Amino acid sequence: MTYMPKIDMPKINRRSFVVGAATAGAGLALGFALPLGSDSGRAADAVPEIDAWVVVRPNDTVVIRIARAEMGQGTMTGLAQLVAEELGCDWSKVTTEFPTPGQNLARNRVWGDFITVGSRGVRLSNEYVRKGGAAARMMLTQAAADAWKVPASECSAANSIITHQPSGRTVSFGKVAEAAAKLEPPKDVPLKDPKDWTIAGKPLKRLDTADKIVGKPLYGIDVRRPGMLYAAINACPVFGGKLKSFDEAKVRGMPGVKHVLQVGDNAVAVVADSWWRAKKALETLPVVWNEGDNAKVSSASIAQFLAEGLTAEQTFVGNQAGDAKAALGGAAKLVEAVYSFPYQTHATMEPMNATALYTSERCEIWAPSQNAEGALQAVAAASGLPIGSCDVHNTFLGGGFGRRGEMDYVRQAVAIAKAVPGTPIKLLWTREEDTTHDAYHPITQCRMQGAFDANNTLIAFHMRISGQSIAAAELPQLLQNGKDPLVFQGINPGGAEGVFGYNIPNLLIDHAMRNPPVPPGFWRGVNANHNALYIESFMDELAHTTGEDPLAFRLKYLKPKQAAVLKAAADKAGWGSPAPQGHYRGLAAFMAFGSYVAACAEVSVDGDRVRVHRMVGATNPGHAANPEQIARQVEGSFVYGLSALLYGECTLNKGRIEQTNFDTYQVIRIDEMPQVETIVMPDGEFWGGVGEPTIAAAAPAVLNAVFAATGKRIRNMPIKNYDWHSA
Amino acid sequence: MIALSINGKSYDVDVEDDTPLLWVLRDTIGLTGTKYGCGIAQCGACTVHIDGVATRSCQVPISTIGTQKITTIEALAQNGKLHPVQQAWLDLDVPQCGYCQSGMMMAVVALLKEKPKPTDADIDAAITNICRCGTYQRVRAAIHAAANNA
Repeated sequence: MTYMPKIDMPKINRRSFVVGAATAGAGLALGFALPLGSDSGRAADAVPEIDAWVVVRPNDTVVIRIARAEMGQGTMTGLAQLVAEELGCDWSKVTTEFPTPGQNLARNRVWGDFITVGSRGVRLSNEYVRKGGAAARMMLTQAAADAWKVPASECSAANSIITHQPSGRTVSFGKVAEAAAKLEPPKDVPLKDPKDWTIAGKPLKRLDTADKIVGKPLYGIDVRRPGMLYAAINACPVFGGKLKSFDEAKVRGMPGVKHVLQVGDNAVAVVADSWWRAKKALETLPVVWNEGDNAKVSSASIAQFLAEGLTAEQTFVGNQAGDAKAALGGAAKLVEAVYSFPYQTHATMEPMNATALYTSERCEIWAPSQNAEGALQAVAAASGLPIGSCDVHNTFLGGGFGRRGEMDYVRQAVAIAKAVPGTPIKLLWTREEDTTHDAYHPITQCRMQGAFDANNTLIAFHMRISGQSIAAAELPQLLQNGKDPLVFQGINPGGAEGVFGYNIPNLLIDHAMRNPPVPPGFWRGVNANHNALYIESFMDELAHTTGEDPLAFRLKYLKPKQAAVLKAAADKAGWGSPAPQGHYRGLAAFMAFGSYVAACAEVSVDGDRVRVHRMVGATNPGHAANPEQIARQVEGSFVYGLSALLYGECTLNKGRIEQTNFDTYQVIRIDEMPQVETIVMPDGEFWGGVGEPTIAAAAPAVLNAVFAATGKRIRNMPIKNYDWHSA
Repeated sequence: MIALSINGKSYDVDVEDDTPLLWVLRDTIGLTGTKYGCGIAQCGACTVHIDGVATRSCQVPISTIGTQKITTIEALAQNGKLHPVQQAWLDLDVPQCGYCQSGMMMAVVALLKEKPKPTDADIDAAITNICRCGTYQRVRAAIHAAANNA
């Protein structure tokens, strides 16, 4: 299967490019009705599109437009399946291409959202992409009916062939595509019942594997433009610190060095004719920083700052029922525990990079971004050009995990390119720059309190989170009178994203916002990661307090959908039957990103070494666009969650992140990979995400298994810091 | 000028002696299938073969290569036919983001040359490449599949 290379973008009618910044703002703020596109957009080879989502070439090849980023999560294949299902095309003829956000803007956002975060690639666009496929099928069918002079209602389409049922005449999509492209898109576009799917919902192979195994230049780091120069960059190691001075004369004569530039107020870059030369010169360049007050910050000072929040009077309440404080005060049995979760870096395998070309008339970047539309706005702002004179060519991403929703590297690349007009500049961060200048998994501590009545019934529960708000740092417009609603991911009273799973009559979940001067960001799984760890570890503690089986204890209080996935995981793992010699099991269940997930871990502990042998994951994502790709996301989520649990931690000393590379920031490798078994159990009642929720279940399931193995309750992450000789 | 033999072709490159092979491949020659991940031989994304031996090219100064023959991911398939390791990767749909997979496959090809039927323990010891997407389970299955198909 061929794949459109990233530079080969659909060409859009020129007139539609005449837009200004005002249109941009309005377009980005507005939703859209039925995004089919009556505009005459054309594929790269000038074949007219049927609608915005579908191009059919005369040889029957189908090009499906993919607006969301592909960073390994498989959304590209899943979305193509949904379009192809409704289109009724031959799956073996499907190729894909990424439109640009500039094209989207020019066409009144016909492709909807590009942003690919929050496990929303499929769940929030499934309806309109399916309609895009269905409308194209209706137009192709109408074109065939017109040619045959028969009613379209007598014709059907499947496998890229339109059949006139009464006569048996057939014609392929490619033969009528040109005529179909001239028809008005239908207004009423009914969708198939998912029960009738033959392409969507099936475990089809990924569309991008063939290109990814032969070393094709797919990624941002691989972009090459004529006359391109390379940039290496250093930003102040202390967050909020500024660049004071640098001694350019010391590196001017080094091989290949072209420019030494201040970038923004906190960074310096060297531009050279190869990246290695740029990097070497940058290492030689004497730089003086104005580090500012944050140079006093350390992990200890942050921990102290957060600890104070555990008992603070002023908090934001995210979820409450009854009167938890009174019930805790009058309880027959009170259990309390304090947990903590550290900063972590995303560590995408491909370090941050972007290639930018600036002229006084136009600015373009080639970048691996999870938010190409946001990148377009960043390019316009950084270049000072109207947004209609800018564009972003999104590439495949060498990992995203939330990191590539940030715009820091985009702004830097454009700033450097603006200083060298007419020359494409590829900015690439070193791994060290990447590790020490991330937007980190937010740091939190948590005090859990649970209370039982005289009958050992759980009657009260108080979860006090103290720590960092991502919204306060990145999306202040989301704050509600100062409260960050994202903090309560998976522990909300209601809503489609993530509901607290337990029925407890007296409940209080509140947040003492404490924002240390370290930038937080969306880190795959986001706030669900620590929220699930705190709750599901503590539920285990509560079960052991009353001597109950952790599964039976949870099922007494869990809501039905959470209970169903937990039971499925426990059953498959053999909960209740003996584990292999020396192995112990632990459970966790959670809801996040619209899906219900659970895990059963099987571990052994030898001295200070925790070995995770087996993870069983159960997921109810409502609908499954491709169950095989969901299984891969579950496997990957366990790996991401286990790396975090065992090793993940960024510490601060003198305002700097101390970890710099994979030698000091360890992640699991194949020798620590457990056997993963995945149950995909969509109930057909909703659309949930799959890229992230399982991460939340990984860590608590393992921690609970470690307790089962050792009687030791690890409450501070990661496990590598645990003192096994303590009581 | 430094003379190099890469994927059966000869190249003369004009770079400093300490330039790592990785950057000569990527920036000087334009073979970008070999990836930069860490620069300190931790992650394996830059793995190539030097005279058949899996080597992390970020740590190999270009002046130390001499007449040794370099093979990169771009030359793994021969005459339009995928290498058995690539075929297993395709059959089992191993990659997710795919960024680490060039290095992963190069390491696996070298392992299979040395141990045609590796055990899980052999794999654990030899394949130390990092994959952040977490494809390890499929990597292991594909190694066994490639070993059985060879």
